[in-house]
Amino acid sequence: MQLFFQNLINALQWGSFYALIALGYSMVYGILMLFNFAHGDIFMVGAYIGFGVATGLTALAAMGALALPNWVILVLTILISMFLTSFVGMLVERIGYRPLREAPRASAAITGLMIGIILETGNLAILGAQRIRFPSLIKSTTYDLGGVFVTNKKIMIVVVSLVLMLALNEFIRRTRWGMAMRAMAFDYVVIPLMGVPLNTIASLTFALGSGLAAAAGILFAIAYPVLDPYIGIIYGWKAFVAAILGGRGSIKGACLAGFLLGFIEIFVGAYMPSTVRDLIAYSIILLILVFRPHGFFGEPHSAKLRL
Amino acid sequence: MLKVENLKVSYGNIKALHGIDFRIDSGEIVCIIGANGAGKSTTLRAISRLVKVEEGTRMTYDGKNLLDFPADQVVSELGITHVPEGRRLFGNLTVMENLKLATFARKDNDQIGKDLERMFGIFPRLKERENQKSGTLSGGEQQMLAIARAFMSGRKVMLLDEPSMGLAPLLMMNVFDALKEINQQEGTAIMLVEQNARLALQFSARGYVLENGNLVLEGKSADLLNDPEVQKAYLGG
Ligand SMILES: Nc1ncnc2c1ncn2[C@@H]1O[C@H](COP(=O)(O)OP(=O)(O)O)[C@@H](O)[C@H]1O
Ligand SMILES: [Mg+2]
Repeated sequence: MQLFFQNLINALQWGSFYALIALGYSMVYGILMLFNFAHGDIFMVGAYIGFGVATGLTALAAMGALALPNWVILVLTILISMFLTSFVGMLVERIGYRPLREAPRASAAITGLMIGIILETGNLAILGAQRIRFPSLIKSTTYDLGGVFVTNKKIMIVVVSLVLMLALNEFIRRTRWGMAMRAMAFDYVVIPLMGVPLNTIASLTFALGSGLAAAAGILFAIAYPVLDPYIGIIYGWKAFVAAILGGRGSIKGACLAGFLLGFIEIFVGAYMPSTVRDLIAYSIILLILVFRPHGFFGEPHSAKLRL
Repeated sequence: MLKVENLKVSYGNIKALHGIDFRIDSGEIVCIIGANGAGKSTTLRAISRLVKVEEGTRMTYDGKNLLDFPADQVVSELGITHVPEGRRLFGNLTVMENLKLATFARKDNDQIGKDLERMFGIFPRLKERENQKSGTLSGGEQQMLAIARAFMSGRKVMLLDEPSMGLAPLLMMNVFDALKEINQQEGTAIMLVEQNARLALQFSARGYVLENGNLVLEGKSADLLNDPEVQKAYLGG
C-alpha cells in the first residue's frame, strides 16, 4: 500500500509534465487543425530560458541587488520564462506556419519538424555540447507520511501544474479571448465575419501553449536538473501521444490523458524491468487507441467546415 | 455607397465570377437571384474578403478601397457584415456568447447594450434561450440568431446568403419581417442572395440576375418580377 502511494505521487508528477505539454499540442490542433511538431522543442527552449532567468535572478540575489527569498525567485522564474517562451511560440507560428496556412497539412508538419531541429541544433551551437545544471531554487525536504516519502518539490510541481490548468480553464471559459478560441475551434472559417482577427487568436493560442510548455520545462528541470538539447524530443513525443489519447483539440482530454500516461508509465515501471517499461506502456496506449481511435474526447469526424 | 466593378473570382481553375458590376446604396434592400452554382455566395464572400479576387477588381465602400481591409476589419471598421450560407453559428457557444463574440472588436459598450436590447426586442425567442447552446436551437431560431449576431458585429450593410433556406413559410415570414424592421429602423442596407427568386424580388427594391458568373439582368425588383425571361427562368413560368 505504501508502495502504491509512492508510485501514485510519482505518477502525478510525470502526469503534470505530460499534461502541461499536451495542452499546447491540443489547443493548436483545436483551432488550426495542425500538429505543431516543434512543440516538444519549445518545452526544451522553455527549460533553457528558465535556466537563464533562474541563474540571473539567483546571481542578482547573491550580489545583494535583489533581496528575494528563494520561493519568490522560483515564482518569478516560472512567470518570466512563460512570458518569454510565449514569444518563441508566436514566432514559430508567424514564420513557420502562417505562410503555409493554405498549403497541404503535410507541408506544415514537415516545417514543424524542421523548426524543431533548428531549435535543438541552435541550442547546441549557442551553448555547446555539455549539459547544463539547473540552479536549485528550493531546498529539498522529504516528508515521511506513514512510510510514504514525499518531497516538497513533488508537491510543488503537482500544485503549480494544477493551478496553471485551472487558470487556463478559467481563461478559456470566461474571457472574450477564450470565447474566441472556443469559437475558432468549432468553425474557424467564419471567425473573421465576427470582426475577430484570426491571426491574433492563432498567435494567442501558440503563446498560451508555449507558456505552459515553458512551465513544464522549468518544473521538469527542478525535478531533474540536468538539461540537454534533446529533452524536447523524447518527452515532447510522449506528450503528443497524450494529446492524441485525450482527443485532438480537447483541453480536458489533454489533461486527463497526460496524467493517465504518467500513471501507466510509472505503474508499469513499478512491476517491470525498466528496459521494457515504455514498450509495454505504449503498447497499452496503442491498444486504447485501437478501441477509441478518436481518443477520449475527440470528435468522431474532425473534418472542419469549409467555405 | 458600396460599389463593385469588374469582380473576378476563381477557385483554382474554376472561374466563378467573370467580372461583374453592382452597387448597394445606403439603406436600400437589393437582391441577387440565380440558380445553384451561379456565383451568389462567391459574390458575398468577395465583399467580405473571404476569397481572393483577381487583378482588375475594384471594390469601394464610402470612397474607401475595400481591398485595403482584411476580412475582420471589413466587419469591425467598415460595418459590412455577412450572414453566411447555412448560418454557421458556433454551436458549442450559448446564444449570448454568439452575440457577444460578434462584438469582439467593438469598444462602444453603451451602444452594444442598446443593440443587444434591440435584437432581443425583435427576436424575443433569443432572449428566452439566452443561455442555451446555439447548436440546440431550431432552424428558425438559428436563422434569427445568425441575423442578430451579424447586426451586433457591424450594422451598416448586411449581406445575407439564402436566409430562407430550410425554413417553413411562417418562420420565413417572421425572419423577413424582422429584416425589414432592421432595415427601416436602423438604416441597415441589405443585400439578399436567394435561390427563392419570388421571395427575394418581393422583398427588395432592386435586383440583379446572376447566371454562370455573369450578371445578365438588373433593374427594379417590381420590373424583374414582371419580366417574361425572369418569369420563365426563375418564377416557374
Ligand atoms: N470552395 C470552393 N472551391 C471550389 N469551387 C467552388 C467553391 N465554392 C464554390 N465553388 C464553385 O464556384 C461556383 C459558384 O459557386 P457559389 O458561389 O457557391 O454559387 P451559388 O451560391 O450561386 O450557388 C460553382 O461552380 C461552385 O462549384
Ligand atoms: Mg450559395
